[in-house]
Amino acid sequence: MKRHVLSLLVENHSGALSRVSGLFSSRGYNITSLSVAETEDPSVSQMTIVVYGEESILGQIFKQLDRLIDIINVTDYIDEPLIVREVVLVKVDNSTETRREVLELCSIFGARVLSTVPSNLVLELTGATESINDFIQMIKPYGIRGLVRSGATAISRSRD
Amino acid sequence: MKKTGAQILIDALIRENVKVLFGYPGGVVIPIFDVIYETKEFTFVLTRHEQAAAHAADGYARATGEVGVCLATSGPGATNLITGIATAYLDSIPMVAITGQVATPLLGTDAFQEADVVGISRPITKHNFLVRSVKELPEIIRKAFYIASTGRPGPVLVDIPVDVSRAVLDDYQYPETVSIRSYNPVVECDIAQIDKAVELLSGSKKPLIFAGGGVNHAGAYEELRIFAEKTNIPVTTSLMGMGTFPAEHELFIGMPGMHGAKTANYSIQEADLILSIGVRFDDRVTGFVANFAPNASIVHIDIDPVTISKIVKVDVPVVADAKTALRLLIEKSSARPKNEWNTKVSGWKGEKLYTYTSSESVIKPQMVIEELYKFTGGNAVVATEVGQHQMWTAQYFRCNAPRTLLTSGGLGTMGFGLPAAMGAAMGIDGKPVMVIGGDGSIQMNIQELATLSINNIPVKIIILNNTFLGMVRQWQELFYDHRYSSTCMRGGFLCSSCVGIGACKKQYVPDFVAVAKGYNIAAFRAETPQQVLQVIKDGFAVNGPALMEFIVSPEENVFPMVPAGKSLDDILEG
Repeated sequence: MKRHVLSLLVENHSGALSRVSGLFSSRGYNITSLSVAETEDPSVSQMTIVVYGEESILGQIFKQLDRLIDIINVTDYIDEPLIVREVVLVKVDNSTETRREVLELCSIFGARVLSTVPSNLVLELTGATESINDFIQMIKPYGIRGLVRSGATAISRSRD
Repeated sequence: MKKTGAQILIDALIRENVKVLFGYPGGVVIPIFDVIYETKEFTFVLTRHEQAAAHAADGYARATGEVGVCLATSGPGATNLITGIATAYLDSIPMVAITGQVATPLLGTDAFQEADVVGISRPITKHNFLVRSVKELPEIIRKAFYIASTGRPGPVLVDIPVDVSRAVLDDYQYPETVSIRSYNPVVECDIAQIDKAVELLSGSKKPLIFAGGGVNHAGAYEELRIFAEKTNIPVTTSLMGMGTFPAEHELFIGMPGMHGAKTANYSIQEADLILSIGVRFDDRVTGFVANFAPNASIVHIDIDPVTISKIVKVDVPVVADAKTALRLLIEKSSARPKNEWNTKVSGWKGEKLYTYTSSESVIKPQMVIEELYKFTGGNAVVATEVGQHQMWTAQYFRCNAPRTLLTSGGLGTMGFGLPAAMGAAMGIDGKPVMVIGGDGSIQMNIQELATLSINNIPVKIIILNNTFLGMVRQWQELFYDHRYSSTCMRGGFLCSSCVGIGACKKQYVPDFVAVAKGYNIAAFRAETPQQVLQVIKDGFAVNGPALMEFIVSPEENVFPMVPAGKSLDDILEG
C-alpha cells in the first residue's frame, strides 16, 4: 500500500471536514494524518491528508471527494515532487546527567528548545515525516513526558 | 420585502414551482405550518408517518421528473425521513427534505426532540445545509433545488432551526441566479471519446446496449430508441432503466442480473461490446464481477465520473449527459444491418422473456401481474414494494413508457411502494396508479391507507399474499435447507414446531379486506384463479382508492435466478 498525500481546497465552513472524513471512514479507511487551516482567502481552507490504501479504492475515494459540493479542488501528490513538513513538540525529562546528550541531539536534528524548567525541556522540530520519526526515536530513551505532532502539510515543488 | 423565515421558506417553495408538499407537523415547525395554513399555491398532504412523506415525495419525483419535497419536525420527525432519503439517494432521485431543528442557542445540548440531522443525513444526501441565520435562508433554498435537480440528481436536506423560522428579514429577495464555485453540473461531452465508442461499434460483431436510470433522468428515451433502431443493437435495461426502452420492442431483451431474463444475461456474457448508458453496475446486475461480460469491451456513458470504472473496468469512459451522448452517437454511427448476432439473441428470446407454470387451482402471482397488464393495456403507473412481487412486476408488467415503474432498486426499501404510489398519484393525471406489494412489505407503511382515504387519492393497492416474506423464504429454501426462520407470517414464538405450510391451521392476520374497510377503502379478495379478473375489474371500477388482495401460491419462487456471487450464465430455473 502506497502513501498518498492529498491536498484539498474546501469551503471554510462547518460540515466540510466531516464530509471528507466520512468518505474514508465509510470504507473502513483510517487517515494517517490530517491538517487543516485557512488559506490566504478566508473563505477557503486547505487540508493535507496522508493516507495509505489500495490504489483502486483510494482512486474511488478521490473521485468521490471531488464530487462533494464543499470541495473546490483535490490534488493527489502521489507522483509529484513534493515538499512535506510537519512539526513535533516534545516534552522530555530534564536532568543534569542527560541534558548535554539531549541538546546534542537537538543540534544534530536542528531542533529548538522552547522552554526549560528544572523538571523538563520542551523541544520543537520541523522536518520531513521521516526525520521527525528518527528524532522521536532518539529522544525516547531520555524520558518523553508529552509529545504532539502536527501531521503533514505539503506543497508541490512544481514551478507553476 | 419584510418576511419571517417561515414565510421566506414557503415563498421560495412557490417560486421553485412546488405543487405538492408531503409532511407532518411538530413543535419546531409550527411557524412553518402557520404559513402553510393560508397557502393556496400548493397542496399540503398530511401523511400518517414521516417516512411515508419522504417516499411520497420520492414517488412524485419519479413519476413527474420534478423535485419532490417533504417536511418534518426535528428529532424523531427528521429521523423518520432518513429511510426515505436514503432510498432516494441510492436511486438518484431529486428531492428536497426540509426539517425543523431546535433553536440555534440549544444546538448540541440534547434539547427536547433534538437530533443532529445534518450529521445523520450526511452520507445519504447529495448535500445538506444547516441554516444558521435567516439571512442565509433564501440562497440555501435556491441552492438546494439547484443541487437536487442538476447533474446526477439526488436528495438535499435543509435543516431550519425554529428561531430562524421566526426571525424577520427586512430585505428579502429570492435569488434569481445561483452559482456554486465547486459544483459545475453541466459537463461538455468529449467528442473524442464518442469517436472511440463509434470506432469500437463499427468493429463489433456482437454489440449490446445496457441502459439504466440515467437515461430516465436525462429524458433520453427517444434518442435511445432512435439509436437502437438505427444500429439494430439489442437493448437490455436495468431495473431503474425499465421504461426507457419499450418492453414490447423487438430489440428489447429484458432486464439483466439476478432475476433478469436469460436472454439478457446470455447476451451480456457473449457480447463483444457493451454500450452502457446511465447505469452503475450494481452487484445484482453483474453477478460475479470478474466474470461479467468476459468477451466485451465496455463503453460507459455517465454524468457522474465516480460511477465509471467503480465496479467494472471500462474501456471507453464518456462523462456526459445521456441525451447529449446519444445524440452524438446517432449522428456519428452508421446504420448497422441485423446479423447472426441478432438472430442468436432472438433465438434466446423465443416467444417470451419469462415463463412460469400456470395453475387452475391456485393463483400464481405472475398471472395476477399479467392480468393487470392486460387489463390496463400497460397504460398505468406501477409502484412496487420490495421482494418477490417486485421482481415479478419487473418481469411481467411490460413497461413501455418512461417513469411508469417506480421501485426502490438501490436501497431495496420495503414500505416504499404504497406512499410512492400516493406521491405519484398526486403528480400525474390520466393514468391509473397502482402499487403492487407483498403481504409483508405492504404492512410497513399501511397507515397511509388513511391518507389515501381522507383525500380520496385513487391508488389501487394490489397485495400478492403468499403469507411469507417470500424473497428471504426463497433463499432459505434454495440455500439454507428449507429452514424458514422468521419468514412465515403465520409464525411466531408460540409455534413449538412447524407442521408445514399446508397443514398449519393458524389464522393469518391481518384480514386485509377488513383493514381496508376500517380505513373506509373499498376492498376485494380473490382466492382462486377464476376470481382474479373480476377482482381486478371491481377494484378498478371504484372511483378512488381500492385494495385488491390475491391469495397466491405460498411457495412460488422467482426464476430465473443467478445465485449471489455467481456468473450471469450460471442460471437456476424453476
